[in-house]
Amino acid sequence: MSAIPDSQTQPIIRLEDIERTYHMGAETIHALHGVSLTMERNEYTAVMGPSGSGKSTMMNVIGCLDTPTAGNYWLNGQLVSAMNDRQLAGARNRDIGFVFQTFNLLARMTALHNVEVPLIYAGVKRKERQARARQALDTVGLADRMLHRPSEMSGGQRQRVAIARALVTEPSILLADEPTGNLDSSTGAEIMRLFDILHEAGNTIIVVTHEPYIADHARRVIRLSDGQITSDGPSGEME
Amino acid sequence: MLLGETLLIALQSIRCNLFRASLTMLGIIIGVAAVITMVALGTGARAAIDEQMAALGGNILSISSSHWFNRGVARDQDTLTTDDAHALAIESEYFDGVVPEIDARQQVEYGNRNLISTILGTTPNYEEVHLFEVAIGRMFNESDDSARRRVAVLGSEIPGMLETDASSIVGRKIQIRSISFDVIGVLESKGSSGWRNPDDDIWIPLSTAQFRVTGNKLVENISVKVRDGVAIELAMVDIERILRREHGILPGADNDFSIMNRKQFLDSRQEATEVFTYLLAGIAGVSLVVGGIGIMNIMLVTVTERTREIGIRKAMGATKGNIMLQFLVEAMTLCLLGGGLGLALGAGASYFAAEFAGWQTQISFASVVMAFTFSAAVGLVFGIWPAKRAAGLDPIDALRYE
Repeated sequence: MSAIPDSQTQPIIRLEDIERTYHMGAETIHALHGVSLTMERNEYTAVMGPSGSGKSTMMNVIGCLDTPTAGNYWLNGQLVSAMNDRQLAGARNRDIGFVFQTFNLLARMTALHNVEVPLIYAGVKRKERQARARQALDTVGLADRMLHRPSEMSGGQRQRVAIARALVTEPSILLADEPTGNLDSSTGAEIMRLFDILHEAGNTIIVVTHEPYIADHARRVIRLSDGQITSDGPSGEME
Repeated sequence: MLLGETLLIALQSIRCNLFRASLTMLGIIIGVAAVITMVALGTGARAAIDEQMAALGGNILSISSSHWFNRGVARDQDTLTTDDAHALAIESEYFDGVVPEIDARQQVEYGNRNLISTILGTTPNYEEVHLFEVAIGRMFNESDDSARRRVAVLGSEIPGMLETDASSIVGRKIQIRSISFDVIGVLESKGSSGWRNPDDDIWIPLSTAQFRVTGNKLVENISVKVRDGVAIELAMVDIERILRREHGILPGADNDFSIMNRKQFLDSRQEATEVFTYLLAGIAGVSLVVGGIGIMNIMLVTVTERTREIGIRKAMGATKGNIMLQFLVEAMTLCLLGGGLGLALGAGASYFAAEFAGWQTQISFASVVMAFTFSAAVGLVFGIWPAKRAAGLDPIDALRYE
């Protein structure tokens, strides 16, 4: 959630000629090679491509976890490359909600505490924090699992906890990197229905996937290959 | 971020690895306990010497007949007399009191009880110079002395040794060497002064002792109380001047007496104690440092183990400072917990040393503060590197870490 008034009019995300190269020994790998795109509020976008196409790297760049080698990235109108560690942490905390393929929950903590983590770093006081975490867990349908640890939950439930954690700070964008990759198909479908609901509630969502039926949920599909965008358009048009 | 949350996370993490945390803390526990115990022993020894110094009551020089060798044969001859004491009292203005003393082990009888005790024949100012207090009755006075009255003042433990109590023995008669003496007073306890216990001595007037026991003017030793503000060395030179003249010792000949400065003796003992305390505390401090290295080792393991957690926290919006603080607080919590337990252990060890070995120990507030500051400092110093490593992790690398 951004407090800047004109953020309603400018794109949430604007990438301009983003490059990301890795050095593996003597070899240089172009994970992203001149990627430019913009995303507006309440868009529901799927990013597709074969493995190694750079879709996860793009996700990490958008999520402020990775720093592009070259190019500019504006998040809510602010240039990310100009941010220091504290501002980057703030952006991850307030603007981005991340959902990982492997859930990435804190194993020793309860579901409630896991959802509270982003609020702790946002400096929210305990009472309010717990109330908001409860509400987020309620939204994803886990009101009765709040005090369970991840090891006591199914994969689908764990991913719901992760989604609740991503939503609890009311971020501008929900980034999901293969959110159904570790789930069976019926649980995956459930998670995707949850994303549909969240989108209808006004959230901006980007989902990385390589499964067409998941991309069907999105309104816009971006395809990547070898670090470059090969197509970008409304879903259902290609195939 | 809120410090309370950080502390909670630290405690939770310690609880999850309780066994490992306890082993790690053991180093700090032993280190702190060792420092506390050593300092307590040192402080106790110091306090004991301080007490002896206070009991001494100012600067007392003790003069005794010296032992010397004559053609290879050790000679021990009493050379000091009451005349010497007299000369010292009259001729020098450096002294507050001159107390000649005769002592002998004698049999003492009371009713059907008897014991062997040190009988001290001395002057009435003994009490004042050696800082004794009369508990019941009175000290003998000048007229008792000059009239050679058979009166006796008892050390505080004597009545008990004779199976009676102080108030009932005063006014009764005891036999010393089968001569009947009136008990006129009992002194307050003075406590052992290290090499002997004055509480089981008996005092009688000097002239009585000489007349009834020795039959000559010789005395065992003479104590001299140096007036406040007078340098001890000056007083010693004056004693030598007077006694050499009294004894007719030719220039160049050796003294036939020796002067001992008990305060100086205690001072040097004090210094030795202090050096020893620092030495022991230093060795104990080394074990604290070793404990600190143990903490660092475990914290580094913890950081590696929790790389993924660090990645998750960073992705959720933790700053470098947050992560750093989290691991630093964890290290310091370990150290402070260890410090607290070590303090308890050290206090226990000091207590047992005092109770069973009979050593005087004293746990000072300063050593408690020192132990805690030290363990906090150890936590800070040895926690900062692992914490820095944790904070510096790249979020992506940390998240991908298996």
